[in-house]
Amino acid sequence: MRYLPHTQEDIKEMLAVTGRTSLDDLFDTIPDAVKTKDGLNLPDPLSEWDLNDHMEKLASDNIACKGYTCLIGAGSYDHYIPAIIPYLVSRSEFATAYTPYQPEVSQGTLQGIYEFQTMVTRLLGMDIATASHYDCGTALAECALIALRKNKKANKIAVSDLVHPSHRQTIETYLKPTGYEMVLIPHTTEGVTDTTALDGMDDIAGLAVQSPNFFGHIEDLGAFRKVADAKKIRFIASFTEALAWGILKNPGSFGADLVAGEGQSLGIAKSFGGPGLGLLAGTSKLMRDLPGRLVGRTKDTNGKDGYVLTLSTREQHIRREKASSNICSNNGLNAMTAAMYLSTIGKIGIRKIAQLNHDKAVYLKSVLTGAGFTPVFDTPFFNEFVMKAPKDFAQKRADLINRHCMFAGLDLAQFYPELTNHYLFCATEKVSRQEMDQLAKEVA
Amino acid sequence: MKEINDLNLPEDVKYTKDHEWAKLEGDTVTIGINDYAQDQLGEIVFVELPEVGDSFAAEEEFGSVESVKAVSEMYMPISGEIVGVNENLEDAPELVNEDCYQGGWIIKVKPSDNAEIDALMDKAAYLEMLKG
Repeated sequence: MRYLPHTQEDIKEMLAVTGRTSLDDLFDTIPDAVKTKDGLNLPDPLSEWDLNDHMEKLASDNIACKGYTCLIGAGSYDHYIPAIIPYLVSRSEFATAYTPYQPEVSQGTLQGIYEFQTMVTRLLGMDIATASHYDCGTALAECALIALRKNKKANKIAVSDLVHPSHRQTIETYLKPTGYEMVLIPHTTEGVTDTTALDGMDDIAGLAVQSPNFFGHIEDLGAFRKVADAKKIRFIASFTEALAWGILKNPGSFGADLVAGEGQSLGIAKSFGGPGLGLLAGTSKLMRDLPGRLVGRTKDTNGKDGYVLTLSTREQHIRREKASSNICSNNGLNAMTAAMYLSTIGKIGIRKIAQLNHDKAVYLKSVLTGAGFTPVFDTPFFNEFVMKAPKDFAQKRADLINRHCMFAGLDLAQFYPELTNHYLFCATEKVSRQEMDQLAKEVA
Repeated sequence: MKEINDLNLPEDVKYTKDHEWAKLEGDTVTIGINDYAQDQLGEIVFVELPEVGDSFAAEEEFGSVESVKAVSEMYMPISGEIVGVNENLEDAPELVNEDCYQGGWIIKVKPSDNAEIDALMDKAAYLEMLKG
């Protein structure tokens, strides 16, 4: 759907139908007290030339990852985006479309979303995936609410303290007005979520564990399935790095009831932290409890394939306050991007990229160790890991940004106060051996 | 949609204001939705059932029934414990449309207080309510 502004003719015609003489007359019902009297306080218009100058000056205050070496992940990853992705996704048929409000006329969009759902279910090993959410945090909060709604007798959700700190905050925000409570599951000295911590917890409707977790470590999801079974609660798996499933066993194969994930790694630019892409998948048992859009495939009266929005009876325009969620939007364009990315790289490609990520991270960890960093954990990781830095690293890190255009690790003390001088590093397929060697030389 | 006089409303069951029916047989009460409810909802595609062993108070929500156009909650006519659910509805929810008093029953309940059943509406009282 294109954006076409109204012409003076259009406005005149519509006013004639309403029987009003002007736009002011049309908005006559708005009380004077709430109307602005002196107009908006805006600067004078700029010429195109001046405006471009102004915008470029503003943009240059930001540091974009382009031209920098980014060794930070933590929920937003610097992956290579094949040229075909921006070309395809910026076509106006896709770029201007929102969640279609007259969906069945947009068969192309619906088919794209249907393919996206199919690829997400295959990537995660789940029965059903929704047509996207804003980001992992909101998808995870929705999963927590599903678990709480399905278990009417429990009021708490147990969340690993190695779930991304921002996602835990999002859950807290969602739960605040509901009367439900989030309790934290602590982690062990190996940097993984403590399965035994759940023993003493009661009144729990579900548990949520992120893998790879915030420290980059691979969690034993099978063990959490067992804990969930023993406590008869729902098991939610989350992740921030979708490419990990290129080489790791997916959450569905461990029997996750619900999966919430970040899909930014799937061909979507970091864009200073958003918009991302919330992936949400479940078992077919929970089909009617999932929030958000779903596209289904059916046959039309001529026997041809057709795509439709389906199971809308869960949604608020039909079910009002009993809807499975108040989410009535999606990140359609980013879902389309992810579908394009996954079909571009394919099953073999995702495996190769995932392996490259892991191999480079292993190399980075070894050169940093050689340069005086101390590895903190000896636990299997994907493309992120924690290191204790030498004393003078904070200053060197600032110099690396300014002098060598390199972001070397994320300070963990802001999230885990006990981890002062500890940094979370990430290596993706984009970082070269030379860059990693250079980092080691600079910090040694 | 059926006219009120065309509705199939058996004499041997009790009715609620939310259009459920309840029938005491031995020491269990069978509960479903009545002909008016299934007719209003249209083609039923899913019935959400409680679990055996769950207990509910009278008028508490125990499940929902989804048709192609809406989802409606079902409310307990009486208080009690669920002792049976109609598992056939999982694969054949249309039984509720086709045969709402026999094959399309929804739950069986062990009542906490038989007096609650007597207090429900009979056919005449229910018809009067429908006619408003």
